[in-house]
Amino acid sequence: MDLNTIWFILITILFMGFFFLEGFDYGVGILLLIIAKKDNERRAVINSIGPIWDGNEVWMITAAAALFASFPHVYATLFSGFYIPLIIMLLGLIMRGVAFEFRSKREDQAWRNRWDWALFIGSLIPALLWGVTIANMMRGFAIEADMNYYGGILPLLNPYSLLGGLVFLGLFTLHGASFLGLKLEGELNQKAKDIARKIWIPVVVLAVGFLVWTYFKTDILNNPGYDGLIPAVLAAVSLLAYGWFLLKGKEGLTFTFGGLAILLVTIMVFSGLFPRILISTINPAYSLNIYNASSSQYTLKVLTIVVAIFMPIILIYQGWAIWIFRKRLSPESSDLHY
Amino acid sequence: MIPVTLARWQFAIVTIYHFFFVPVTLGLALFLAMLETRYVISGDEIYKRMVKFWGKIFLINFAIGVVTGLVQEFQFGLNWSEYSRFMGDIFGAPLAIEGLLAFYLESTFIGIWIFGWDKLSKKAHLAAIWMVAIGSNISAFWILVANSFMQNPVGYTIRNGRAEMTDFWALVGNPNVWHQFPHVLTAGISVGGFLVMAFSAYHLLKRNPQTQDFFQRSFRWAAVFALVGSVLTGLIGHAQGQFLAENQSMKISAMEGHWDTEQPGSFSVIAIIDEKNQENTFDLKIPYALSFLLYNDFSSEVVGIKELQAKSEALYGPGNYIPPVTLSYWSSRTMIGIGMLMVLISGLAVFWSQKNTLEKQTWFIKLLIPAGLLPTIAITSGWLIAETGRWPWIVHGLQKVEDAVSPNVSSGNIIFSLVSFSLIYGVMLIVGVSLALKYGKSDPPPADVIGE
Ligand code: HDD
Ligand code: HEM
Ligand code: HEM
Repeated sequence: MDLNTIWFILITILFMGFFFLEGFDYGVGILLLIIAKKDNERRAVINSIGPIWDGNEVWMITAAAALFASFPHVYATLFSGFYIPLIIMLLGLIMRGVAFEFRSKREDQAWRNRWDWALFIGSLIPALLWGVTIANMMRGFAIEADMNYYGGILPLLNPYSLLGGLVFLGLFTLHGASFLGLKLEGELNQKAKDIARKIWIPVVVLAVGFLVWTYFKTDILNNPGYDGLIPAVLAAVSLLAYGWFLLKGKEGLTFTFGGLAILLVTIMVFSGLFPRILISTINPAYSLNIYNASSSQYTLKVLTIVVAIFMPIILIYQGWAIWIFRKRLSPESSDLHY
Repeated sequence: MIPVTLARWQFAIVTIYHFFFVPVTLGLALFLAMLETRYVISGDEIYKRMVKFWGKIFLINFAIGVVTGLVQEFQFGLNWSEYSRFMGDIFGAPLAIEGLLAFYLESTFIGIWIFGWDKLSKKAHLAAIWMVAIGSNISAFWILVANSFMQNPVGYTIRNGRAEMTDFWALVGNPNVWHQFPHVLTAGISVGGFLVMAFSAYHLLKRNPQTQDFFQRSFRWAAVFALVGSVLTGLIGHAQGQFLAENQSMKISAMEGHWDTEQPGSFSVIAIIDEKNQENTFDLKIPYALSFLLYNDFSSEVVGIKELQAKSEALYGPGNYIPPVTLSYWSSRTMIGIGMLMVLISGLAVFWSQKNTLEKQTWFIKLLIPAGLLPTIAITSGWLIAETGRWPWIVHGLQKVEDAVSPNVSSGNIIFSLVSFSLIYGVMLIVGVSLALKYGKSDPPPADVIGE
């Protein structure tokens, strides 16, 4: 396997980590306003991700930085092309990030309520827009011969990509709900599961609809040699298993299968793209792939060594952090910091 | 306005803003780690109370540092896509390494530190804050490796129409970064010191017997911090200036408002600069001094801006290679002036606080409150010199600023992002500062309720 392929896989893994971990963070942020009304309930919900959300967000930062390092043309094309959506996403993430720290710094209810809204919106927007972005990558967009996309925002907001956005939103919300099912006690725990039960069927319908549309609209599910069909089917099965275990009241397995669905969708996307990363709808020759968009072999080699040494260490201490804070929370808990 | 101008404004605003908070993180993380170390070694509860008190301000600052850092990470793709294509092979690597070595460490352990007071042993908890402090310094190092390449490109070749890395260790060993990193790190230490001194001064003026001891001790620590930071920043800065004289002579001549080649070079203390006619209409000079500052002797030639412009034209073709001289000149007066003032102030602070006679100097304590802002002003000036002094290059000698912007991003788009970032950053600054003031001005909880 050549270094370009290895880096394609590493980027896939970084996005898997990002969508899995930030997926439930976004989901929790979205559910905050829906399931928790009283202040100490909201605090319990926020503190369920309190110690780990920042470390989780680094998966996104590193995915972006690694993309820059290994496939600089992809970084340049994607982020300059998706300018306005990306700005809006950053605004959302800014609101969300400071909301954690600021909300409980004053007793004032109106103040806290405002930051809860910031957390809600700041979780909803990135969840939706990452879905839109990924769907546009699957569908392709009008990249020209100079590797730039000049089309502006409107073509990116097509029905297919918007549906993709909703699917991501739905998956992350389900994932967040089952995370809260693991982390909370009592009434809040029940409320999180109730929501999951209500939205599970609509999300399945959306997701299956999206997969069918993907089959006809794109070549992601029948990309010769690397088709995404198998992970797509497995993802659908995981989503069904999520519902099954939810009804059975098996919290751990619900969470596991929700997460698995997200991981499999990510694998589906990237294996369907391979060896391309950004597809041009103007001319297949203008597509950015793992060779014409990559850094030099020397740089890839340096990066590979760094990742091989540090990724295992990171996984160990992040795992440790999750382990330390494994205890369930309730609105009465004493260790609510945010 | 044309996109490149707007993009520059956006980069300058967003980055300078990020760098209001970064040095506070660098300095305070180290400060907290040392205090907590003292607590673990001595078992004296007052140090734990100090860590918790200053920790609140640290965390408010940290939150803003993190979210503004997010924007930084995407900036290069957003507005500077041609730069990203040209430089990605070199620039991306330190950025990715920064993520892997530093951001994971910082961000994971900050969570452990905030939430871990009752869940971890004292030593494990102490280790967490050290990880944060180490992580933020590693982060500074790697981002400065990236920045240093732009100032002084090394270990690369031009191939496939872009700069490609040929020697990773040359990048890491870039002499530029080994000046820049210690300069920035020690500047951060002085920022932390001055900040804690300012808040402590506020409390000392209240002369509340219950909190007196708490803030005297905080002050004593902070004063030493500030003095060490300020002295080292100045010394390293001096070395950096000498390095620049070899390396980016245009930048140093612009900093000094030095139009004509002189031998020996005289140092301009204060001048009125006329950029159009390329002369100083008023100039107070110390003969020989510039030669001494830059070359440690009284006879060396110091090449002027005009001659350097001619040399650059011969080398790179016709064009304007003169950076904004007035801005460089006044930024450097500001930074260096403040730097010397900081040494003086923190020196006095150490002297009086060690002799326990600080309380008598009410005027001085009052002065320390606004002085808390001095290092931040110096730092901003420093970056203005470093970044605008490179003009017209974005990467020295390799790529010009005007060739670096995204060709597909319109002025309208940039105005949208510029306005929305400015608004949200403005709100965040007001909220962040008011919260920091609220917590900084409130009394620390008395010893017995600290268990929370
Ligand atoms: C000399 C130090 C320094 C400089 C020049 C910069 N930063 Fe920074 N950055 C830090 C030092 C730092 C830090 C001390 O590590 C921060 C500040 C607060 C924090 O949480 O970490 C940080 C935070 C921070 C974060 C959030 C990390 C997290 O979630 O923990 C990102 C993504 C960046 N930065 C990226 C950048 C980029 C792309 C820069 C270049 C333009 C940049 N920073 C300039
Ligand atoms: C270490 C990482 C940094 C990198 C990679 C970097 C890179 C850049 C880039 C790409 C530009 C735009 C081109 C230009 O206008 O010249 C720029 C400009 C600028 N940067 Fe930096 N920069 C870094 C750090 C900083 C910091 C920390 C500050 C200040 C706090 C700063 C201050 C500025 C300013 C003021 C400009 C505008 C200069 C101008 O308009 O001419 N930079 N830098
Ligand atoms: C007192 C004497 C000082 C001297 C002689 C000095 C010298 C310098 C020089 C020559 C540069 C330009 C480096 C370049 O462009 O590569 C610089 C940049 C800078 N200075 Fe200073 N400095 C002094 C004090 C300070 C102080 C007190 C602070 C802040 C507390 C500070 C913060 C900075 C920063 C943040 C930069 C930009 C980053 C860099 O290039 O290192 N400096 N300084």
